[in-house]
Amino acid sequence: MSAYALFKKDLASEMRTRYAINSLAMFIVVTISVILFSIGNEKISDFLSGGLFWVVIFFSAMSGLSRAFVSEEERGTTLTLQLIASPTTIFSGKLFFNLILVFAMNIIIALLYSALFDAFIIKNLSLFIYAFILGNIGIAIASTLIASIIAKASSKGTLYPVLSFPILLPLMLTLIDLTKQAMDGAPFQTSSVELAILGCYDVVMIAASFMLFDFIWKD
Amino acid sequence: MIWKIVLFLLLAFVSIAGIAFPIVPHPEHWYEFPLIMGLGENAKIIFFHVPTAWITVVAFFMSTVYSIKYLRNKDLVDDIKAHTSAQLGMVFCILATVTGAVWAKFAWGSYWSWDPRQTSIFALLLIYGAMFALRSSVEVEEKRAALSAVYSIIAFVTVPFFIFIMPRIMRGLHPGSADDTNAGTVVNFKMNGNMLLIFFLSLIGFTILYYWMWYVGYKSMLFKEKLNKQYH
Repeated sequence: MSAYALFKKDLASEMRTRYAINSLAMFIVVTISVILFSIGNEKISDFLSGGLFWVVIFFSAMSGLSRAFVSEEERGTTLTLQLIASPTTIFSGKLFFNLILVFAMNIIIALLYSALFDAFIIKNLSLFIYAFILGNIGIAIASTLIASIIAKASSKGTLYPVLSFPILLPLMLTLIDLTKQAMDGAPFQTSSVELAILGCYDVVMIAASFMLFDFIWKD
Repeated sequence: MIWKIVLFLLLAFVSIAGIAFPIVPHPEHWYEFPLIMGLGENAKIIFFHVPTAWITVVAFFMSTVYSIKYLRNKDLVDDIKAHTSAQLGMVFCILATVTGAVWAKFAWGSYWSWDPRQTSIFALLLIYGAMFALRSSVEVEEKRAALSAVYSIIAFVTVPFFIFIMPRIMRGLHPGSADDTNAGTVVNFKMNGNMLLIFFLSLIGFTILYYWMWYVGYKSMLFKEKLNKQYH
């Protein structure tokens, strides 16, 4: 069974229940609304709006990305999956699904955010897009791996953000820094180190994930 | 037995030297330290704060090493060794955060300023805490050992980002950050010869202390497991 077939299976079951579209979209709307309500009519600085952007992204990721493995456990299909595919294939399939989900969610969040927050104006758009793409890949990889860890534990819901936050923290700090630089209109050269950190994080996490997934998956 | 006495003498000497030796602008005797601009008297924390941070990283590294060993051999003793190392790492991480915060009060005026290095040591605390949370939520021994081994390896992969990369390139207050002109990076010590000696003696003393605590810790946990199994 190929990774692409696994992705199509996940996509088909999501389309059937429309969980991702309904609940996650509502979660994004609710989170942004809560932030808007708590700000009220105050003016917030650009840096603050940039930081809050990544807060919304982080919590939406925590809400939605554990579905890949936890839904298998809940429906009792984990054993079937273990039988029909090798661990690498399974991880690739789930990672691909989470990548699409992360990009879809974050593009919606970015569009909503720039429409609703006046302070969120990005001067160097290409820098922001590079950071956005590399950052999303990193979030997807790390979240998928942690999702596979907590799928085997109890109290999955509360454990997922607890485990993911320290792992995602270098990524988040660098992304917030890069967002601030993009909003200030900094040229590419000054941000090349941060972009290199994002690239390194992605490469390191993907290598570690593929090597370690075997041990998580097999009993 | 003899090395325990040597360790005691070493740590006693380091503690006394670190606290009591005076800091003067032009050191003349072997027991005087130079004055580093921007730090002054509170530079003496370097003998105690840096070794605790160092041991945190070492403990984390040893936990990862034993986790890798566990994943290869599936021997639960390796899991116990990794767990003991993680516990010690937690203790030293708390010590490093607290000594750092106390120093920050004297050097920068407030206990916590979200300086990148302060943030990273706090993130290490979160990583260790998350590992203990994970361990307590899995009942089956082999699964618990496998999952915490994997998490320990993943978490250690992010440690170089936290400890070595980000605090050096980001702008902050801690010595060694991007806009620090006085003290320089950690590798470029502007310390005197005898200050360097006391510092390295402190590092060695703390490392031996960590090894001893880890050895006692994992042996006692092994015995506790054996006793539990006998009575159940």
